[in-house]
Amino acid sequence: MALVEVSGLHVTAQGDGGAPTDIVRDIGFSIERSEVLALIGESGSGKTTIALTLLGYARRGCRIAGGSVRIGGEEVTAMSPVELSQLRGRRVAYVAQSAAAAFNPSLRLMDQVTEGVRMRGLMPRAAAEAKARDIFRALALPDPDSIGARYPHQVSGGQLQRLMAAMALMTDPELVIFDEPTTALDVTTQVEVLRAFREAVRERHTTAVYVSHDLAVVAQIADRIIVLRDGAMREVGPTGQILAAPADSYTKSLLAAAAPRPQQSPPQPETAEAPLLEVNGLIAGYGRIDRQGRLPMPVLRDISLEIRAGSALGIIGESGSGKSTLARVIAGLLPAAAGTMKLDGVALAPTLEARGLEELRRIQIVFQAADTALNPAHSVEHILSRPLAFYHRLSRGEQRRRVRRLLDLVKLPMALLDRLPSELSGGQKQRVNLARALAAEPALILCDEVTSSLDTVVGAAILELLAELRRELGLALMFISHDLATVRAVCDEVMILYAGQMMERGPGGVVMQAPQHPYADLLASSIPELRPGWLDGIDATRLAEARGEPARPSQSDRCAFVARCPVRAGSCETEPPPLRRFAKGSDVHCHRTEQELLAQQSSRTSAVIVPLRRA
Amino acid sequence: MSDSAIAAPRRRRLSVAGQAGIALVLAWAALAALGPYLAPYRAGDVVNVGVFAPMSAAHPFGTDYLGRDMLSRLLYGARYTVGVAMVATVLACMGGIALGILSAVRKGWTDSVLGRAADALISIPHLMFALVVVAAFGTSLPVLILMAAISYVPGSYRFSRALALDINAMDFIEVARARGERTAYVVWAEILPNMIVPLLTDFGLRFVFVVLLLSGLSFLGLGIQPPNADWGALVRENITGIYEAAPAVLVPAVAIAVLTISVTLLIDGFSGRSRTMVR
Repeated sequence: MALVEVSGLHVTAQGDGGAPTDIVRDIGFSIERSEVLALIGESGSGKTTIALTLLGYARRGCRIAGGSVRIGGEEVTAMSPVELSQLRGRRVAYVAQSAAAAFNPSLRLMDQVTEGVRMRGLMPRAAAEAKARDIFRALALPDPDSIGARYPHQVSGGQLQRLMAAMALMTDPELVIFDEPTTALDVTTQVEVLRAFREAVRERHTTAVYVSHDLAVVAQIADRIIVLRDGAMREVGPTGQILAAPADSYTKSLLAAAAPRPQQSPPQPETAEAPLLEVNGLIAGYGRIDRQGRLPMPVLRDISLEIRAGSALGIIGESGSGKSTLARVIAGLLPAAAGTMKLDGVALAPTLEARGLEELRRIQIVFQAADTALNPAHSVEHILSRPLAFYHRLSRGEQRRRVRRLLDLVKLPMALLDRLPSELSGGQKQRVNLARALAAEPALILCDEVTSSLDTVVGAAILELLAELRRELGLALMFISHDLATVRAVCDEVMILYAGQMMERGPGGVVMQAPQHPYADLLASSIPELRPGWLDGIDATRLAEARGEPARPSQSDRCAFVARCPVRAGSCETEPPPLRRFAKGSDVHCHRTEQELLAQQSSRTSAVIVPLRRA
Repeated sequence: MSDSAIAAPRRRRLSVAGQAGIALVLAWAALAALGPYLAPYRAGDVVNVGVFAPMSAAHPFGTDYLGRDMLSRLLYGARYTVGVAMVATVLACMGGIALGILSAVRKGWTDSVLGRAADALISIPHLMFALVVVAAFGTSLPVLILMAAISYVPGSYRFSRALALDINAMDFIEVARARGERTAYVVWAEILPNMIVPLLTDFGLRFVFVVLLLSGLSFLGLGIQPPNADWGALVRENITGIYEAAPAVLVPAVAIAVLTISVTLLIDGFSGRSRTMVR
């Protein structure tokens, strides 16, 4: 008999005094023992709501209105509060998205991990701690014997996420619910966490529900996938079938959006003209610069780049790499401490105050958080009119006409003109942000993670729009993202940042090809591919790299990646790396020569796969 | 966040309590403005030989310790209680908001100096401050208004500074600054519109405090001077009537209570609304 049987599940939310609205309806599925089932869907699809019903729980304002949820033959929806508390954490465990928010910062990790079993009196403290150490080992946590003595802030985000999984596994639950456990992690950290989860689940024959929006991640861990949309099931099937031969049109669009097609870029006229934007030796950060030209808190070190009119430069980096700071420095929001910037060959002042109206107009910035970038008190029309009045001094009538043309350009209906930002969806807000930037008729738009807070399908539509705008208006873009696939789809040139340093830069097509900078190599191989078994193909050397702590920007000129680098040499520790031009056309900051890197990278792809777990 | 248009949550209407609050506050404002025209007698006229007369058809609220009509006294007094408090609160809030936004936008030493000055002023109890001011400058309408305004500036300053600081850190402010907007535009068009609802709430609360402060001062005999009287003074004048259970002492006290409660109801209505708007 299946461990979990759900049928006719119906969850409603109580609106403000109105009739209850459906959150999910007619959900039915079953999970066999030691099977991993994935719930896939965008935000608002009801995937977390469904997962929570397995705990007999509905979020505030929601109610399980009908249907049955059976775990091991027992009806969860009919349980009393006492029975539920025996179910939760003991037979069914939950791993939440944000481990940082789930741990108490003032208690040691061991106390928190073992709290559940001690509270229920399942085992004495010593036994509980011994078991916890075993689980730490199984999850490939560093120093499994002593990590429990630390506090949550003393371990990294990826480690904390695994510690939360350890907490869930302590009671040997029959069912573990993973709710987007790797979504908040950087891509190089995600691989290791994902692999640890999978090994732990397989080894213990744990039954699991894995909630995610990311098909590529799910492909690595799930046996079966349920595709959800707007609270209803669209498709159910084994992982291989869903990925290879999706039957539902929505599943197809999800798959298409997960692997964005490279957008055609407009032909670049090869001219000797000065580039649109030229940045040289840029240093930026916080605090006052000292006599030796050093900043107390540097964020960017010696960045140089060029953007030609109409071209797109992609900036890739993980959190803390300084990519957003780069956009803010170019926009003038954070004055650079040193270095030069030129717009159309003319020196560009570092501060906003010193820039002319025309210079301000030609560079526009669009932020990641679409909602906080729009004033909640202003209507869409008001928001879009302001740049028209400010830069172009248009009359009221002309403003009205232009605003309508702008809405048309970003494919929004005219009905939105009087709406407030709170009345728009996420994708619509980001389109309004784009339209506001376009209103200035800029030459360059700095896009700071513009699709990161959006659902895959909505984000893909925004990317398409950007490509179209480039073709039609001859816009140049600086496209900042942590997502390689996105950047490759949009950009002609790509630059990789790590801890405020430029690692590699070159044409989009070749940057992610061998030979490449070791960090670029790590990054490229960390991105989950849309096929089952990708995770097994990752070799141990690569995982050992990923296990390293991401570096913080520092004052040193040495390569920031040295601590995690698998091919580091003696000179890496002492001297700043030279800039090498590789034959394929990219520039790489590394002590290693092209031949050395090539030899290393090719040998690694044939490396023997060893189990993750340490002896 | 699906791309389909989410049904726009229409701004909710004021709650029943809020509506009651609005009606009462408007009534009080009308009384303050029209009181003298509505009053059956002039405030100073001794119209009845009986002192502390009970409620009757001729004198709905009875008479006071000199035999004056209480209803008329109350209506004349509304002008002082509501009017003076309103002017003082407007001054206090305008000053507080201006300084608070200045502090939040300029930051640095402007913020430090203003902040410490506010701390110093806040550390003096309001009534104590009022007594010192009245002792030094005597009591007159301008002194009372200014005194009440100054003693409530720091609270309003703190509140607006915190609000403005929050809003000033939002991305849309960055966008406006990157566009090249002047600080004046950023404050006026981007920051202020997002502060209005909480500021109105704060205004109401401060109005209640000012009413109580001024009434307290009048009760001590240091506020509005005879023959004029605000409601606090009316309570004091007729305090001996309490032994005879005269309406003359109860009515002004009840009036103060009803005024402050109605303003509080209005605030609750507003702040409930602001909560749904922020989300």
